[in-house]
Amino acid sequence: MTAVVPTPAAEKPVEPPPKERRPRRNLTPWILLLPGLLWLVVFFLVPILTSVSASVQQGDYDDGFKLTWHWANYVDAVTKFGPQYLHSGLYSLLCTVLCLLLGYPVAYFIAFKGGRWKSLLMALVIVPSFTSFLIRTIAWKTILADNSPLVRLLGDLHVLKLTTALGWTVGDHVLASPAAVVCGMVYNFLPFTILPLYTSLEKIDPRLHEAGHDLYCNTFTTWRRITLPLSMPGVIGGTLLTFIPAVGDYINAQLLGNPNTGVVGQKIEDLFLRNTQGYPVGSAISVVMMVGTLVLVMSYIRKAGTEDLI
Amino acid sequence: MSSNDVLGRTEGGDLRLVGLTKRYGSFTAVDDLNLTVPQGSFFALLGASGCGKTTTLRMVSGLEEPTVGQIFLGDEDVTDRKPYRRPVNTVFQNYALFPHLDIYENVAFGLRRRGVRDVRKPVEEMLDLVELGHVAKRKPHQLSGGQQQRIALARALINQPQVLLLDEPLGALDLKLRRQMQIELKRIQLEVGLTFVHVTHDQEEAMTMADTIAVMNAGRIEQMGSPAQLYENPRTTFVANFLGQSNLIPGTVEGVTGGTATISAHGQRLTLDAARCPVSSGLVILGVRPEKVQIATCDAEVPSGHNKLTGGVVLDTSFIGVSTQYLVKLPSGEELSVFEQNTGRPIQRPGAEVTVFWDPGQGFGLEGGQDIEAGADVEEDAA
Ligand SMILES: Nc1ncnc2c1ncn2[C@@H]1O[C@H](COP(=O)(O)OP(=O)(O)OP(=O)(O)O)[C@@H](O)[C@H]1O
Ligand SMILES: [Mg+2]
Repeated sequence: MTAVVPTPAAEKPVEPPPKERRPRRNLTPWILLLPGLLWLVVFFLVPILTSVSASVQQGDYDDGFKLTWHWANYVDAVTKFGPQYLHSGLYSLLCTVLCLLLGYPVAYFIAFKGGRWKSLLMALVIVPSFTSFLIRTIAWKTILADNSPLVRLLGDLHVLKLTTALGWTVGDHVLASPAAVVCGMVYNFLPFTILPLYTSLEKIDPRLHEAGHDLYCNTFTTWRRITLPLSMPGVIGGTLLTFIPAVGDYINAQLLGNPNTGVVGQKIEDLFLRNTQGYPVGSAISVVMMVGTLVLVMSYIRKAGTEDLI
Repeated sequence: MSSNDVLGRTEGGDLRLVGLTKRYGSFTAVDDLNLTVPQGSFFALLGASGCGKTTTLRMVSGLEEPTVGQIFLGDEDVTDRKPYRRPVNTVFQNYALFPHLDIYENVAFGLRRRGVRDVRKPVEEMLDLVELGHVAKRKPHQLSGGQQQRIALARALINQPQVLLLDEPLGALDLKLRRQMQIELKRIQLEVGLTFVHVTHDQEEAMTMADTIAVMNAGRIEQMGSPAQLYENPRTTFVANFLGQSNLIPGTVEGVTGGTATISAHGQRLTLDAARCPVSSGLVILGVRPEKVQIATCDAEVPSGHNKLTGGVVLDTSFIGVSTQYLVKLPSGEELSVFEQNTGRPIQRPGAEVTVFWDPGQGFGLEGGQDIEAGADVEEDAA
């Protein structure tokens, strides 16, 4: 017969605490990422590195360029092209603001009043992009030509006197002026503002508007307190998608501007293609633009993230 | 003299709907509604899904324009007033909390819009009232369904509206929390003394909470009254079936003598309080609630003066603890349900031959010729 002897507590084997389950590893996302990563390395990373390296080289097309860590290229890049930086910044900023002011009501209307026409209306916004960017910009030459109905109307209304006084148009002409450049840019980039705005507005439950009305908001305060904050992701996305390509754009300035509307892109093209020694400084300007835009965009996103913008 | 404040709040503000009608194209969602909700009362709109309850509330809050009719708050016609100018707030069927604001700001929203400076005290009090002070800093999506519902209630209630509209505010809660919130809501209503218009399709909820119930069916009010009135004296088969269960037996009035109506149904003679019989001759439907019917073996003695139906056979017996529910098939082919309190009487097994009987004073009469099934299955779908 055996008596049951209780094991003394001290001798009891100490059980290890139950192990926390480690999250399972999954390789699929990485494999799916691979083609994209490769693409980025070849067509994004390599060109950037080439640009950065070119920006500190010296030489000309005939003797070839050598890496001499010639940082003075950056001094040239930053100091010699003031007007171009100013124009690029001003035009793209103005374009972004105008796109937002024009695009928000359009996106709002389609999202909340479009009903069953929503998809059709959005298609209408995008359809012009099916034509080439270049052709559309050239078409604006006709729209803004001196004898076009629009320009004649603006002249008759004495609007051109005002804009010329402000330096946005030249005499009785709209074509070949800063105003024409901004018009072309706004036209070309508007869909990039509208699309993200529409997407975020469309997601807002219209019943939230009703709750707003129920809680003493008129139509404007409902927009200000409910719709606008909820559409901020669209505002940020739309303005970024517009500003980033706009700041680098030079087609509009080239086709619709005049010699006094030069933007950075035109200068870079000039240095690359029409100046035998321009390659390094052109690269330096590119790098400056990239870093500058990046810093601007990052600080904008940060501000937006903390809801300082609304 | 009635004193108006910023929102046009008036004193003595009964809510009155006059000839209120809403049509969507050729479809009439709300049909010529006339009712008065006295100030400070708890009013329930009860009806099956799609009968026009939400539409009615939306017209009162101003979110929907009536096709015809008027809405009065006190003496004032508010039919054409914008929703944000009405002293009315809504607890929405889907809560509609603002996802970009935290709970505190959601609750403070109405006060801020009206320019109230110091919102801290009222907001904290309101959050305490719904027992959710600890979630003030969370966003709505971080709350459970029941918590969101309570915040929706707090957000509306904090404005002390003249009329609070509640559109199935307890729909998403489980039974226990629902009962708890029903008691809570009733307590709050008594405490703040506001007029509550509560929409529900849960008849039990309406009965436990409301002073007055209006039963709606297909855009019209079938009947209105206190819960007991509706339960004891339904006027239509729809109300009789929708509010609890009823046994409805079609028959013919033979005659009325000395306050008692005599009715013949399936060759048996039944009686009914003449005051509760709407017709003095011709077709009638005699109704009696299952818990008022008693069951006995066929040879048992039935108290004199009771209505008695003999020759029934028990089809189904379900014992549910506090009571036993029987389904009895009568010789006429009709099925009668009987709820018997569990007082220790012997249980009748299926197949047993039984007699059912009840006190004539407990029956009610309905106009003949109505659809006996009206409202019976609707409730099953909705619940
Ligand atoms: N905008 C509209 N257009 C057309 N018909 C509508 C519209 N809104 C509601 N209806 C119809 O009006 C009727 C009443 O709708 P309502 O929302 O008032 O029902 P309800 O009683 O609140 O139902 P539930 O209990 O399901 O919430 C329904 O048949 C519905 O289909
Ligand atoms: Mg509803």
